[in-house]
Amino acid sequence: MADELINLTIDGAPVSVPKGTLVIEAAKQAGVLVPHYCYHPGLPVAGVCRMCLVEIEKAPKLQIACATQVAEGMVVRTQSPQAKQGRMGVLELLLINHPLDCPICDQAGECELQDFTFQEGRPATRYSPDYAKRFNPVEDFGPDVLYVPNRCILCTRCVRFMEDVAKEPVLNVSERGDRAFIGIHPEARLDHPWAGNVVDLCPVGSLLSKDFLHKARAWELDKTASICTGCSQGCNVTLDTRDNIVVRVRPRPNLDVNRYFICDHGRMNYRWMNRGDRIEAPLVQRDGELHAADWDEACERVATLLRGAGGRAVALVSPKASTEALFLARELFTGLDWRGAFQVVMGEEAPLAGVPNLALRAERAPNAKGAELLGYTRDYAATLAAAESAAIVLVLDEPDLVVRTAGTLIYVGTVLPDGARAATVVLPIANVAEEDGTFVNRDGRAQRYFQAKPAPGMARPAWWVFSELAAAAGRGERIASADEAFERLSASVDGLRGLVPA
Amino acid sequence: MGYPHKPHPRETVVLSKYFGDADARTYKGWVKRGGYEMLAQALTMEPAKVIDIVKESGLRGRGGAGFPTGLKWSFMPKEKKKPHYLCVNADESEPGTFKDREIMRWTPHALLEGSAIAAHAIQAEVVYIYIRGEFTEPWTYMERALAEASAAKVFGAIKIYLHRGAGAYICGEETALMNSIEGKRGNPRIKPPFPAAAGLFGMPTTINNVETLAAVPPILKQGAAWYKGLSLSSPKSTGTKLFSVCGHVQKPGNYEVTMGFPLKDLVYELCGGMRSGRTLKACIPGGSSVPILNREETESCLLDYEGVVERGSMLGSGGVIVFDDSADMVYQIMRLARFYAHESCAQCTQCREGTAWTTKILERILAGQGKMADLDLLLDLSENMTGKTICVLSDSCAAPVVSGIKRFKNEFEDYIAGRRKPVMVA
Repeated sequence: MADELINLTIDGAPVSVPKGTLVIEAAKQAGVLVPHYCYHPGLPVAGVCRMCLVEIEKAPKLQIACATQVAEGMVVRTQSPQAKQGRMGVLELLLINHPLDCPICDQAGECELQDFTFQEGRPATRYSPDYAKRFNPVEDFGPDVLYVPNRCILCTRCVRFMEDVAKEPVLNVSERGDRAFIGIHPEARLDHPWAGNVVDLCPVGSLLSKDFLHKARAWELDKTASICTGCSQGCNVTLDTRDNIVVRVRPRPNLDVNRYFICDHGRMNYRWMNRGDRIEAPLVQRDGELHAADWDEACERVATLLRGAGGRAVALVSPKASTEALFLARELFTGLDWRGAFQVVMGEEAPLAGVPNLALRAERAPNAKGAELLGYTRDYAATLAAAESAAIVLVLDEPDLVVRTAGTLIYVGTVLPDGARAATVVLPIANVAEEDGTFVNRDGRAQRYFQAKPAPGMARPAWWVFSELAAAAGRGERIASADEAFERLSASVDGLRGLVPA
Repeated sequence: MGYPHKPHPRETVVLSKYFGDADARTYKGWVKRGGYEMLAQALTMEPAKVIDIVKESGLRGRGGAGFPTGLKWSFMPKEKKKPHYLCVNADESEPGTFKDREIMRWTPHALLEGSAIAAHAIQAEVVYIYIRGEFTEPWTYMERALAEASAAKVFGAIKIYLHRGAGAYICGEETALMNSIEGKRGNPRIKPPFPAAAGLFGMPTTINNVETLAAVPPILKQGAAWYKGLSLSSPKSTGTKLFSVCGHVQKPGNYEVTMGFPLKDLVYELCGGMRSGRTLKACIPGGSSVPILNREETESCLLDYEGVVERGSMLGSGGVIVFDDSADMVYQIMRLARFYAHESCAQCTQCREGTAWTTKILERILAGQGKMADLDLLLDLSENMTGKTICVLSDSCAAPVVSGIKRFKNEFEDYIAGRRKPVMVA
């Protein structure tokens, strides 16, 4: 009976949880974080670090919260003197072979060993400085992973991830006793398409990302909830920014989409967000050249074009554009004979074997589904051909596109490709890190992302741009926010109908 | 080591009856001595009946824990839905213990017969006998015996395999042993699930020690009441037990006595007493993992599960290590700690780090660089290492340290205070 609820008490707080729940998870519901290292909800239970020792009434000795299932009437005490003493003992032992090189360690500031030691560790070690600490040289495990064995606390999260989640068991625990270390198969590399997760899983600074190495201290980072743009899976991520530069992408747990993981393709797919060669002001065509203008002038120019437009309009859009932008771009053409299309770059599919329905998808765009729901088609070649005779051609952030048209070209984008120099108007927009918005993943799930850094110069979110253009052309009202744009689209678009921004 | 074996008059030879008799190793020789009769009989019996007899006999696990064998067998599912396995723990690696080795060397068929009876009782079709890697000679005899007995088709539908260990002490821990058979690293598993629910290959499994299983055919032959009657003390400890005595005695070796036999008599009579001119100082009664006894405790200790506990230690595997007054207890304890530090599987923090740290502190004390605070530190560390890990290797390291400091504190203090010449520790 999966629905059967078990009642227990944790640090005095009553909780009811489904049968089979582990004490450590039940504790979270009681607002209690039991310190732990080897336990991770996305991995099989190992029960080896012994950090989550708690007192359970009627049990003869301390129990580990990560491997103990709840029972009716159970009374758990995480803060009893015995439990705290037990965990303090583990912390002391974990530190005796740990180098305490926090000042030069990438993990410092987001290190669970640091955090729990501050929280409940011994004020000073009793390990004599005369004793040598375990030493093993740093090892190059894979394209993005370094192993610093001296910092390793042998929690085996990385071993279990590769074995049970990635199903490519290239890591193990080698040697025994205090000589133990994480070993890699002598003929293998840690180059699985999802291998980078071991860096996130490592509770200390033992597995490090080469990409992030020495880029920032943890406390210098601002964190913003976002959605990965690497493919149509729509993995939830956090963008870490330092001084408005994206320096790292990490998975953000979502049990329905990506659990606790992201692939390496997504993880590395952020440098373009920091591009320096951005369009920083609206540009309008005058005397055969593009000249910087203000938004009023640019909008008025487009409004004039739209007002006088007859014949066919064509929109060639990026499947990485927000659903809000795609919706408002469509609204701009209300009443015109228009067609819109997008193209998706394809790559190789790379599933994470241990998690159902999770893969780096062949379709390398986050919002193809959103574009489809809004009536944009995949019939790109035909639409491109139709652009030749169209009166108005709108291109939304497709820098590699070469478009020929006898009509007017409006280019809305983050950067200015040569092909856009013939445009009548060029409008600068924010990229995914610089705006709020929504992507719809391949399963039809609408997911929001948030602004992590400011857009350069006068660049604005694409939804704002289309809302301004519509207002200037008398084709709609001004919209104040991405939320409002979403509310408007969810009122009318099948597949997204009725959704409200959380 | 005194073979051909001539038992001391005060010994009760059941398991060791044919020790030293090479003919008993052969299939023919074993059959001539009444071997495999009980197996043939057991195979015609209801499994539950066999379990009842063993329960009634009071036989308890001889590997160290002393869990009632019949009760353990009864934990196996009665209604068989999955394959059942019997694992035989022949990975005898406990320092000071060498009884299973002798059973396999001299009476391999006793083990095979007992194993097959047990397999029938728990409805297991497959038996794995996990033999310590260093046991080359026992391995040879076991292999030969298994080939002969299999050729004679005495095991019915039961299939017996020998599996050779590769030298890790921890593989003698029951769940580590199962991992090892499965081809995995020999790490102990978290319990529950217990082996009877999910053991080898995730199937219901019973694991028994060599000596335990070797006692099963005699129990069937002579009856539970006879076995139960073999006790000099507690009714909870029945039958005979092999004690492997080593250390500073005149005649080290394996001795088989009934439960409740005085440790004092074992040392002074059966083993001929201490080396000349020496007196007894200490004794580890049950293999290196149990607390050390001092002279008074040793001389008043009865060898059964309850009697040894009463003196503050445990019967364990029956490996009796005897120290005379020349023994340096600090050094001996350091050597034990070093053994555990070497053999820790490295899973649990307390064990991986604690065993090694304990060793370092003891080595430093021996080097004359210890501090008085080190003794409290050792005790506190041992407390941290007790009852907090997956298996009891960590506890086993702590036991001799705690009992050693308690009973021989002066020896530690002598090193720390500089009253004793430092020892170079290699």
